[in-house]
Amino acid sequence: MNFTALKPLSPGTARGPIARLSAPLSLWGGLDLDDGTICDVNHPQCGQSLSGKVLAMRAARGSSSSSSALVEAARRSVAPCAIILVRPDPILVIGSLVAADLYGIQIPIILVTDKQWETLPSNGAAVVEASEETGRVRFLS
Amino acid sequence: MELEPVDQKLLDGGFGAASAHAMALLVRYGEVFGAERFISVNSAHIDGCLYHGPSSIDFVRRFVDLGGRVRVPTTLNVAAVDVVHPGWHQGPPDLLPEQALLTALHEELGCVATLTCAPYQRMLRPRFGEHIAWAESNAIAFANSVLGGRTDRYGDFTDLCAALTGRVPYVGLHRTENRRATLVVHVPDVEDTGLARDLYFAAMGYVLGSRSTDHVPVMIGLPADASEDELKALGACAASAGAIALFHAVGITPEAETLAHAAGGADMDLTEIAVSADDLRAAVRSLCPLREGEQVAALCLGTPHFSISEFENLARVVDGRRAAAGVEVYVSTSREIAAHVEQAPDLAPVLAFGANLVVDTCTYLAPVVRETTGAIVTNSGKWAHYGPGNLRRRVGLMSLEDCVRSAETGRVAAT
Repeated sequence: MNFTALKPLSPGTARGPIARLSAPLSLWGGLDLDDGTICDVNHPQCGQSLSGKVLAMRAARGSSSSSSALVEAARRSVAPCAIILVRPDPILVIGSLVAADLYGIQIPIILVTDKQWETLPSNGAAVVEASEETGRVRFLS
Repeated sequence: MELEPVDQKLLDGGFGAASAHAMALLVRYGEVFGAERFISVNSAHIDGCLYHGPSSIDFVRRFVDLGGRVRVPTTLNVAAVDVVHPGWHQGPPDLLPEQALLTALHEELGCVATLTCAPYQRMLRPRFGEHIAWAESNAIAFANSVLGGRTDRYGDFTDLCAALTGRVPYVGLHRTENRRATLVVHVPDVEDTGLARDLYFAAMGYVLGSRSTDHVPVMIGLPADASEDELKALGACAASAGAIALFHAVGITPEAETLAHAAGGADMDLTEIAVSADDLRAAVRSLCPLREGEQVAALCLGTPHFSISEFENLARVVDGRRAAAGVEVYVSTSREIAAHVEQAPDLAPVLAFGANLVVDTCTYLAPVVRETTGAIVTNSGKWAHYGPGNLRRRVGLMSLEDCVRSAETGRVAAT
């Protein structure tokens, strides 16, 4: 299964296991920057690692420091490798742009529709490709 | 995107290389959201001064090296440590010099080291309708909702880029049509919930944040005499529990004189939900997993930073009382308000109770609580939400009176 003609928010190509979250996460305060695991005890996926994963969540939430958390996680090599959202999140986008600017680490961010979200697998791996114009996700079986 | 001459001049380096670099990032950011043009902002509030690691310094140093200077009045949000009381710092020792360097680099760019998450209390009160570029989720919610200023959800990096250019993409909550209420939230009376007022506003914010994703909510039924402190607490919880950057409350907030005013017309077809007293009590229970009689290590107040009126209320509550030996009491606030508290005779009961005034930072992110066993109690929903993840501690949300009773006995009070 592929999703094509997606709206790209930040460019890059990345491949990793899918981490599909059932609730929005604030990366700041919610992501342990030492090991890339979810540390928000109120989050249903608390304890799950996002390091090197294709992070999929409907929306981000919470702190405006999440952009810094994303860049610092990238610098420490524990960031998600790509992010799939339904609702565009400016805070994550700027984090992705700065990670590329400061450290040359691309974390592509793309948008899927509500309908695509419903069919998005919660396991397996995916390749996320985002250019300036378009984006796609290839799901690997 | 249509760039005005000033935007092009910024981009071309006419205002220096740092502003040009900042503008290039903002153009990329604006393009993602389909911005048609840029607008000017009158102030910026920077959250990137909180040290998250070497990347925080790498980002700012680039602008310092390029000779950057902010182009609008710019305040700084909280830092990662209280450098006024270095002895209280329980975290890694390296954090002190690293944070001091990060703050100094921002000052080199012309930012004012206010180091508070509530600049709107005393330092910078945006006027109604004024465009600003603020970061820090509680400050964004307060400026938009309570003051009627106009800021989108800026975060680290975009905030400093806005300060260095004085320009932001005209998107999000800068635009009138995006500020209109899209969800009506009927809220219960305080009396029906049986909750103390501070818990009521914290829980209401928490439920509002959880239920309003993708919406601008307008509340009907919030107490008409809701104070700025109460709206501050509500907004901070709503921003923590969901990405709420703007809420309205009919008859209370400036863009909601009536429901029609908030919605942008009387005939708008709005989704309606009702929050029950049970919902609020359930929210409090979820944020207070503590057992009655459990050992208490600390009481933490001031998330967001305590106002003078909150100190006045605290002084009334703790007058003649004293925290138990072994229970630490911290109140986070700005340096400026702390200086007032330390010399105001009517606030002496706060210090006599045993409170330590933490400045420049906040106890939910800075490790200052020394006692390593026991729970931490707070009346801040934001503290109760983030504290367990940040500090790996057991945390309980309680009313101020119950917090104080718990601190007095060293045991979690019956509620």
